[in-house]
Amino acid sequence: MMAEAVLANRRGGLGRTERRDLWWAGPLATALGLGGFVVYATFRALYNTDFRVVPPDSAYILSPFYSPLIVLPWLPPWVSPAILILWAPGGFRLTCYYYRKAYYRAFFLDPPACAVGEARGHDYRGETRLFLFQNLHRYFLYLALIFLVILSIDVVYACIWPADGGKTFGISVGTLVLGTNVTLLTLYTFSCHSLRHLVGGNVDCFSCVAMGQLRHGLWKNVSLLNKHHMFWAWTSLFMVAFADFYVWMIASGRFTDLRIL
Amino acid sequence: MAETMTLEIHRGDTAGGELVSYTVPSTPGMVVLDAVHFVQAHHAPDLAVRWNCKAGRCGSCGAEVNGKPRLMCMDRVDKYPAGEPITIRPMKTFPVIKDLVSDVSWNFEVNKKIPAFKPRNDRPPRFSQEEADRVQEFRKCIECFLCQNVCHVLRDHQRKEEFGGPRFFVRVAALEMHPLDDGNRTGLLKQDLGIGFCNITKCCTEVCPESIHITDNAIIPLKERVVDEFYDPIKKLFRILMPQSRPEAGD
Ligand code: SF4
Ligand code: SF4
Ligand code: FES
Ligand code: FES
Repeated sequence: MMAEAVLANRRGGLGRTERRDLWWAGPLATALGLGGFVVYATFRALYNTDFRVVPPDSAYILSPFYSPLIVLPWLPPWVSPAILILWAPGGFRLTCYYYRKAYYRAFFLDPPACAVGEARGHDYRGETRLFLFQNLHRYFLYLALIFLVILSIDVVYACIWPADGGKTFGISVGTLVLGTNVTLLTLYTFSCHSLRHLVGGNVDCFSCVAMGQLRHGLWKNVSLLNKHHMFWAWTSLFMVAFADFYVWMIASGRFTDLRIL
Repeated sequence: MAETMTLEIHRGDTAGGELVSYTVPSTPGMVVLDAVHFVQAHHAPDLAVRWNCKAGRCGSCGAEVNGKPRLMCMDRVDKYPAGEPITIRPMKTFPVIKDLVSDVSWNFEVNKKIPAFKPRNDRPPRFSQEEADRVQEFRKCIECFLCQNVCHVLRDHQRKEEFGGPRFFVRVAALEMHPLDDGNRTGLLKQDLGIGFCNITKCCTEVCPESIHITDNAIIPLKERVVDEFYDPIKKLFRILMPQSRPEAGD
């Protein structure tokens, strides 16, 4: 009995640990959260309808899953405008340093949690070979920055309401939802590790390079946001799904978009 | 009557071992190392345990308490549920010498692979506190090797040949990001220290008693530097077209 207990610490094997806390709760919550999002996003990307409301009944309010809206009529119906664009933000999140940690733990169980054993017998290669594509994260970042501009323009459109044959400034719950969404996405994107490297992290001696003070300032500010990268990752993920859901509901007539201003 | 608690301590060596139970009186403010010392003084004078400062400074007393890597001298016993035994084992990733003492000499071999500080000669040796802040975090390391112990690349996958481990990424970061260092260790990171094996799952950060943000501030920035040099296709193209645009080490 004693000897068996001693070996337990030395032996590997999935889930083997002497930890007595709820170590499985974190990876389980991550798996449910990420899994739920992927299922919802896939469903909505294939749904291909109820993704916007248009004047004259309302301002132009477009779901972030379908923005920018690219309509190619000759494509088969399941290739929705969302499928044409979602690979870019999807790739950004897939290669994000935070999400990598999250899904390596929750789905690959590599490791499931700290000091908890892994399945034996797999040839672990980390982020070499098959996973070298993770190094392209910075390119997805460049695309994500373009998406931020596009989604900000959507918020502007969501403020332009029809009025007596003309146009007027207005704000509805839908406008606020899109505005909150782009704000959280901006905080997520501006806390990115690759951006932190790009704006100044790659400099060792700030007093030796051109615009060193500026770069140091930028690096410090991105670092501040970066400390909470996980928080921005989850809140922006939730919000982008909620924004799509809200547009779906008002576009299908289930909710009425309440005008505030 | 003083309250007591039960410790289950690993007793044994490379040939094998077992958990042995000891009863210890608990006193206010007691840490796990105090309890182990009580066992040594009253029950088992031959119990091997490594320690020096009892203040979380020397990094000697790393062990696994209830399955979690910890410094025994900084681990209060009153945070563990009363009435349940506390299990103490040596660090799993390194060969055990005796009882709670493991052989961490592999780490010192890895350390030898890292070229030391190389001062740049092109400017006066002066830099601001702001520039020093970043590397100062890494200088807090007390070489307890708890991060090496918990890292699954070493702990579960035994990649000691190909992988340097988080402690040494911290050391390389301290050198690479130093404003006055002129060395370039990016190739070393990719090859001999195998930074690609790290999948940034952050267990090293979770256990570091010095709260060094190992993954966010050392490993990920170093990974980005490796991408700059080896995996960024546009940077590669630039280097081919304009060989003189290659950044100076230290910039
Ligand atoms: S983040 Fe990397 S170095 Fe740190 S424990 Fe995880 S795999 Fe090891
Ligand atoms: S980085 Fe932290 S955990 Fe690792 S050896 Fe240094 S002090 Fe210990
Ligand atoms: S690291 Fe998460 S978005 Fe770049
Ligand atoms: S005895 Fe020095 S760190 Fe614990």
